[in-house]
Amino acid sequence: MSVLILAETLEGKFKKSTFEATSYGKKVAELLGTTTVVLAINATNPSELYTYGAEKVLNVSNENLKTFNAKVYANIIQQAVEKENAQIVIIDASANGLYVAPMVAVNINAGYASNVVAIPSSTTPFVVKRKAFSSKGFNNTEINTDVKVIGLSKNSFGIIENEVAGTTEDFSPSVIETTIVSEKIEQTTGTVTIADADIVVSGGRGLKGPENWGMVEELAQILGAATACSKPVSDLGWRPHSEHVGQTGKPVASNLYIAIGISGAIQHLAGINSSKVKVVINTDAEAPFFKAADYGIVGDAFEVVPKLIEKLKEFKTNNI
Amino acid sequence: MKILVCISHVPDTTSKINFKENDTKFDNNGVQFVINPYDEFALTRAMWFKEKQGATITAVTVGNTSTEPTLRKALAIGADDAIRVNTEAIDGLQVAKELAEVVKNGSYNLVLAGKESIDYNGGMVPGMLAALVDYNFVNACIGLEIEGEKATISREIDGGKEILSANLPLVIAGQKGLVEEKDLRIPNMRGIMMARKKPLSILEPISTKTATTTASFEKPATKSACKIVSTENIGELVDLLHNEAKVI
Ligand SMILES: Cc1cc2nc3c(=O)[nH]c(=O)nc-3n(C[C@H](O)[C@H](O)[C@H](O)COP(=O)(O)OP(=O)(O)OC[C@H]3O[C@@H](n4cnc5c(N)ncnc54)[C@H](O)[C@@H]3O)c2cc1C
Ligand SMILES: Nc1ncnc2c1ncn2[C@@H]1O[C@H](COP(=O)(O)O)[C@@H](O)[C@H]1O
Repeated sequence: MSVLILAETLEGKFKKSTFEATSYGKKVAELLGTTTVVLAINATNPSELYTYGAEKVLNVSNENLKTFNAKVYANIIQQAVEKENAQIVIIDASANGLYVAPMVAVNINAGYASNVVAIPSSTTPFVVKRKAFSSKGFNNTEINTDVKVIGLSKNSFGIIENEVAGTTEDFSPSVIETTIVSEKIEQTTGTVTIADADIVVSGGRGLKGPENWGMVEELAQILGAATACSKPVSDLGWRPHSEHVGQTGKPVASNLYIAIGISGAIQHLAGINSSKVKVVINTDAEAPFFKAADYGIVGDAFEVVPKLIEKLKEFKTNNI
Repeated sequence: MKILVCISHVPDTTSKINFKENDTKFDNNGVQFVINPYDEFALTRAMWFKEKQGATITAVTVGNTSTEPTLRKALAIGADDAIRVNTEAIDGLQVAKELAEVVKNGSYNLVLAGKESIDYNGGMVPGMLAALVDYNFVNACIGLEIEGEKATISREIDGGKEILSANLPLVIAGQKGLVEEKDLRIPNMRGIMMARKKPLSILEPISTKTATTTASFEKPATKSACKIVSTENIGELVDLLHNEAKVI
């Protein structure tokens, strides 16, 4: 028996979400009295995962697996599950993780709980807490199958160091043929993605027009943050659709979310509610966002944001 | 081309979420149900294939009688016929297995669904369905073109997009981008009248087994009041974020 964790790499380097998934997997393995196995495909430095509790790393090196293919990966995960007799499979909430997890569940005949935010509250029956209703609620889901797939929500467990004496084993799964082919990947380079960001700076219709986003970008740059926006802003074409966050846009689960000129409509809040700390800057003290925020400034963004940038610059120089 | 559009019946986005019976059931009292927003994108894209390429559209829902008005709405928008699998949707795998049966029996070669239902946020039914019927599958789809048997698909990835090619049959889990929001279809009077006469067949489920169940619901913890920082003292915000919230 074992707990199998799928590692995600970008150009050979582990993503932060892999460290979180491994930390979480170690905790689940302890609860079940079993061990952790991480499946790493084309990773440069597999032993890096020992720090987060990986007792064994199944290391796959195969040029044909350079580009992610959900069908092929789902099959390889299945081979790893069978080899390691895994009873739990843990997959992160990256775009690729969300893509492959339901296919894995069918391949191994497992119940699947996505958006999981905590360690199992009980192991017999097996119950996990997950986000639902676009973060307006949670449900405690019981998984009844022998083998289970857990989709771990980002930033819900944290990265926890738990050094173990791990081993790395080479693994050469067979690679199935597919008729679905990746033609091209277009990466918007140079910016922090909303999915990976610890901090997200977001602008709404209160910013009046696309020409005013310079200060939002500057603020984001100082904080190492990703930029985002409300739905009308992307509908109006002020910002790209990929920045639209909320119930019908991207979910945000960052440590800090700064909303500038955003009213805080229920559909907006639904997508950003699981951010840990929320700051609002809005001229209208009655804006609903103030009910959801931890910190707020009632004021004109065009005065407040430049001042905030200045204060953060001072803070940076004093804290290096 | 025979298109199946999977419609999930969900609370309207403005709904207040409440639970009942000791937090074991969702309280649908006063809640208005709608077509899942992502499924509207899927249905609108299907309408394009119908109008431009002569495709036929079947809308399907796994759910009890209360879901029928939502299915009728899909007919009013332009689906040719509809199927309701008569069982309560409890778990993604259960729903996917019922849909797989519908796909096999109807030999649909394109299945359009949404990337997630906004109620349970499962994000699993389309991928499971594809794996069950062994169709190609693309998640988080933001573009789909079909020429004959060949599809060109874009999907959203972390920090960009990927272009894929695949042959039909195919399952797509769509979102905004599949069509633009301004192009979303809303039922008109004529559509609503016609929908009443379109066939809606009711199938009995193949199984009632579920892989997961909800033991209980919880609401998010109520948060403490917002701390207001004066515009005269913006440095205080930096201080609070650093020392109190510890996020910078
Ligand atoms: C089905 C459906 C799904 C939806 N999904 C989403 C979603 O996913 N995401 C989303 O964001 N929305 C969504 N919406 C839209 C949502 O209801 C709101 O309309 C939207 O969030 C409002 O955007 P906003 O806050 O930018 O604009 P507004 O509501 O216009 O708010 C602008 C705010 O800026 C403030 N302001 C004005 N001037 C200044 C200034 N100089 N300085 C500071 N503040 C200023 C105003 O006081 C106001 O509060 C959805 C709606 C529907 C019907
Ligand atoms: N009960 C259902 N009946 C038909 N289609 C469904 C049902 N539940 C989910 N779907 C489809 O699967 C997509 C993803 O849903 P989910 O996996 O529940 O988040 C939805 O957008 C629908 O297209």
